[in-house]
Amino acid sequence: MAFTFERTDDLLSIAVDGQLVVGNRQEFKQLVLDQVEQGARRVLIDFTDTGYIDSSGLGALVSLGKRIREHGGELRLAGLNEDLRTLFELTRLDTLFRLHDSSDDAREGF
Amino acid sequence: MTPAKVSRGAGDSGTSVLEWQIASKVDEIDAIVAAVCAACAVAGFPDKVCRLNVPVSLTEALANAIEQGNGNDPTRVVRVLARIDLVGLCVEVTDEGAGFDTQAVRARCHEQSWVDREDGRGVFLMHALMDNVETWCDVGHTVRLTLRWP
Repeated sequence: MAFTFERTDDLLSIAVDGQLVVGNRQEFKQLVLDQVEQGARRVLIDFTDTGYIDSSGLGALVSLGKRIREHGGELRLAGLNEDLRTLFELTRLDTLFRLHDSSDDAREGF
Repeated sequence: MTPAKVSRGAGDSGTSVLEWQIASKVDEIDAIVAAVCAACAVAGFPDKVCRLNVPVSLTEALANAIEQGNGNDPTRVVRVLARIDLVGLCVEVTDEGAGFDTQAVRARCHEQSWVDREDGRGVFLMHALMDNVETWCDVGHTVRLTLRWP
């Protein structure tokens, strides 16, 4: 499991390689929050290489979405495979987040 | 505590059993989930079940046992018994806690504010991704996840 991120102006792009689960969600959340504190306002999370997300990971995304909005920013999610989309649909989180097919798609108009 | 794994392997009955006893640390979860998913794949469960249903449900059960049941106390143990047989997959996760009202937790998913909550999706996901979820308190609190062959 690893997170790689890239920062360009106020755009933070972060890729989740592996799982986003109870064991790493705090590290992930803190990484994003640190960047938001340092001025990131557009946050794009790429799940192209993500296996699965548990409820802790989903909760971390909900929490981050709130914090980013409080700072006047926006969170976009991209690259979710069919399994991950199933999780978002089951938990109705597809109504809370905009889900994009790819990072390129998410960057349009961002 | 190092995970104590006992694998009896596949016997003449076609039954495979995996057992662990672990300390209450979330770092222990990944190895157990990976092993059970691998056993399911070898047994012939569909790919999606091995990629989604089993890992998410089992992660939820283990995380609940470690964090809620045992309060992240590494001196308290979690026992895991996974069995694959002619019926399907059955996993029991037992902690040292007193359990909680899963019906009340599940009922919250119908509330309007549920989508905005940062927690409370674990029990819901277990029920959504498994055929059956049972809980009981005996010597500790046990969650049993059951997934029948498709």
